[in-house]
Formats: sequence, C-alpha cells, structure tokens
Amino acid sequence: MKTVDEQKTVNAERTTGQSVTVPLNRGWWEKHGRTVVVWGGRLVLSVVLLVAWQLCAGRVFDLTFTSRPLDVARRLGDWQRDGLLWSNTWVTLKEVLLGFALGASTGAVTGFVLASLPTFYRVVDPFIVALYSLPKVALAPLFIVWFGIGLQMKVLLAAVTVFFLVFLNTAVGVREVDRGLIDAVRLMGGRRRDVVLKVVLPASMTGLLTGLKVAVPYSLIGAVIGELVASNRGLGYLISDAAANFDTAGVFATLVVLSVIATVLNLFVSLIDRRANRWKPLEGRK
Amino acid sequence: MGAVLEVTRLTKQFVKGDMGILALRDLSLGIEEGCFVTVLGRSGCGKSTLLNMMSGLMPPTSGAVTYRDAPVTGPRTEVGYLTQSDTLMPWRDVVRNVEMPMEIKGVDAKERRERATDLVERVGLTGFERHYPRELSGGMRRRASLARMLAGDPEVLLLDEPFGALDAQLRFVLQAELLRLWQGSGQTVVFVTHDIEEALLLGDRIVVLGRIGKVLLDKEIDLPRPRDADELRVDPHFVSLHKEMTAALREAQ
Repeated sequence: MKTVDEQKTVNAERTTGQSVTVPLNRGWWEKHGRTVVVWGGRLVLSVVLLVAWQLCAGRVFDLTFTSRPLDVARRLGDWQRDGLLWSNTWVTLKEVLLGFALGASTGAVTGFVLASLPTFYRVVDPFIVALYSLPKVALAPLFIVWFGIGLQMKVLLAAVTVFFLVFLNTAVGVREVDRGLIDAVRLMGGRRRDVVLKVVLPASMTGLLTGLKVAVPYSLIGAVIGELVASNRGLGYLISDAAANFDTAGVFATLVVLSVIATVLNLFVSLIDRRANRWKPLEGRK
Repeated sequence: MGAVLEVTRLTKQFVKGDMGILALRDLSLGIEEGCFVTVLGRSGCGKSTLLNMMSGLMPPTSGAVTYRDAPVTGPRTEVGYLTQSDTLMPWRDVVRNVEMPMEIKGVDAKERRERATDLVERVGLTGFERHYPRELSGGMRRRASLARMLAGDPEVLLLDEPFGALDAQLRFVLQAELLRLWQGSGQTVVFVTHDIEEALLLGDRIVVLGRIGKVLLDKEIDLPRPRDADELRVDPHFVSLHKEMTAALREAQ
C-alpha cells in the first residue's frame, strides 16, 4: 500500500511530468549551521576588534586621538544619565525620518510620472543629472539662508539627497518594464490604467526598493551634515562639539549611535524589500 | 463558412535608419471559423509579424486585418494571442496570473477564482496554483500562459511557436493537450510553427509561407483525427504530405 505522501508525489509527477517535491529530514545543524557560523564569526570579529582597540590605545596609539572602547561606553552611559543622548538622538532621528519620508515619497512619485512621459523625460534628463551630481553639502548655506538653522533645513537637506536616489532608481524601473508584459495586458483588453496599475507599478517596485536601500545612509549624511554646518542640537552637533574639545570618546560615542540608527533603518528597508519581492528567486535577492 | 479573421494585402515595413526592412508584402489570407490553421515557415519569413498584426498589437504599413468584417485597429478580447516568449507577470502566482484577463473584464472575485482554478486544472497545473512563474519549468509556464489566454474566453487563438522552446517529449504532451482543449470548443486556431511534423499533426489546413510572407502552399490536411504521432510517421499519406511541405519550404530560399 502506498502512503498518502507517496500518492501525492505520484499525482504531482503524473500531472506535470516535472519537479516533484520530497520532504527532507534535515537535522538542526544542517538547517541552522550556516547561520550559527555567520553570527558566531560576527561576534568573534567584533570582540577581537574591541579588545585589540582597548589594549592598543594608550600603548600603540595616542589616547587623545583614538580613545578607548570602555571610555566610549562610559561616555554613552554619562550622556544617557544627563539626558543628552536621547534628546540629541531624537532630534537627528526626526530629521532623518522626515527627510527620508519626504525625499522617498516625492522621488518615487516624480520618478513614476516622469518616466511615464518619455519625451518629457528626455528633455529634463540632463538637468536632473546635473542637479543629482551637485554635492548636496554645497546646498547647505543656501538652505540656511532660505529656511534658517532649525529642523526644516536639515530635513530638506536629507530629503534632497534621498529624492534623487529614489527618483533615478524608480525611473529606471519604470523605463525597463518588459514590453511583452504591457502587450499582454493590452491583449486582455486592458486600458492605459490597467497597464499602469498591473504592470508598470509592480515592475517599478524593484527599482524603487533599490533606491530606498541606497538612500538610507544618504539621509543620515544629509541630516548630520546639516547639523555640522549649523545647529545647537542633534548628533552632528554633538560630534562637532566633542571634536572641538578634543573629546574623542564623545566623537566615537556619537558615531556608535549613528551606526545603530543606520543599521535599524537598513533592517527596516530590507524587511519591506523581502515582503515586496517574494516572487523573485532566492539567489536573485540581495 | 465565412472567414472569422481575414487579412488583405497586408504589408509591414520596419524602419531602420534610412532603410526600410520589409517583413511582409501583400499577404492575403482568410481564416475560417472553427478551423485549426497551421502557418508553416522558416524563421524570419514574417510569421510572428503576421500574428502581431492579426492580434492588433502592431498596425500594418498597408493593407487591412478584419475580424468578422470589422477592421482590427487594436487588441480585442475575442482574439487571444500566445506569444513566443513568456509574458506571465513574474510578481503574480499562477492563479492570479490566470485570473488577470477576468480581472480586467470586471468579473467578480469569487467567480474569477473558481474559473481560474478550473482552468489551472484543465492545463494540468493543479498543486502549483501558488507558485510564481520563476519557480516553474518552461513547460509549466507554457501551460499557465495557455490557461491565462483561455481565461479571456477568446473565439480565435493565435499561437506563435508556443512549444518551440520545449523538448520533444514535452512538446508531444502539450500538442495533445492543446488538441484536447480545442476539440469541441468551436474556437478557431492559428498556429505558427517552423516544424513540419507539428504543422501536419495539428492542422486542418496548412499555409506555407516563403520570404516576406509569400504564400507558397495552402492546403487542406485530410488526415483523420485523432492523429497519433507514432502511427502517422509511417503513414504513406503523411509521408507524401511531409515531402510536399519540405519541397515547398526548400523553394522558399
């Protein structure tokens, strides 16, 4: 007698003459071994680097320039107690998030609309590339004149940086839509609206998400540069203030906070990415 | 019976730089209702161009395509077209791909799902409803494309070398299934291929096209159905037809 599983397998074979799925009995290590090795390696690497830094500082390097991991941790603790840490982090975080949201949404919409108008896109293309190539730092003084040194100016500086990255990647996604897919929808009796909603929009998601991924660090750059240039609050301000006092521990402490923010934002974007790109083969996912 | 789909003095010229490339010249052809017509020709004879214009995707340079005496100016849902390459939406799973033509027609969700599931079963893809196109083999993607085309409930099916990229065994299986789906459906089929055996096995009528769409031969195939590939190969009538087609194709050069 065949078991139920076997029966199913036989059915699948008969109906398709192709792939047949077979249940595997893999052990815990076979399933998770690679993950464990990777995370273990990461842990070992960070411990080795931190210990080496701790031991070398003061002996090989001058303490004034490199500080020490323990000093950095102590500084973070102090700031936490003073309330300096969270208040400044919140200021920067707000700028980054608002800037990212503003830049990403306008970039995605503009990219989508402009790329759907090929002739117009060709007209404005050189101007966009010129603006994109402009170092955004150079805009900071102008933005100060326009918006003052408050939150607005940093949000806009971050948004401008993010905008171009998301815009260009979305536009590429829209322009590279497979002609065959559009024809397929037309053959089904689809109108322009159907083509846009059912083909162009989902097809451009890949480009949009690439843009979002690339833009995460740039939103941080925008906000922090804004703070470095002119401000009295935020992580950028903490860095410049600490550096001015030769307080390297303070500089490093701020850098730690910034990299934590960047990691969390990246994680968030890759979550969206995985959700939106389920249809892609595993090896195609980055 | 009158022609469902008719092309008259159809010419297509592509522009490349200052040169015009002629793909098709003065082709006239009528497709009768309920008939399985195979169009046989070597690569580059304008077969795909012909189907592109019949489907309404591509406007002709001159000449006309008519569907039931109405001029074809754009794609219409009565005419289904299975292109050579796969055009399943990669971000939709099999069922959602098959549902698509009904979605555009405005069929409600429940009925859509029922009919799609039924079609998926008819093309033998049960168990793969939730798979994405990239997770399917070439043959399974063809089946899904076929199901999607049938979901639009077309009266005329245009098939452009639908099984060209598949291995010989799988091609046999799918040819048989296509015939099974077509028989008794009353649908009209225009099947383009470069394979003589395939053309003879499937068609009620074979049109052999030469360069730039010159009709070299237009012949009713009176082989009795159901046709079995293995038996046909030794059938003297089949062999003589095969020779005739081979000679016609050779003439094309």
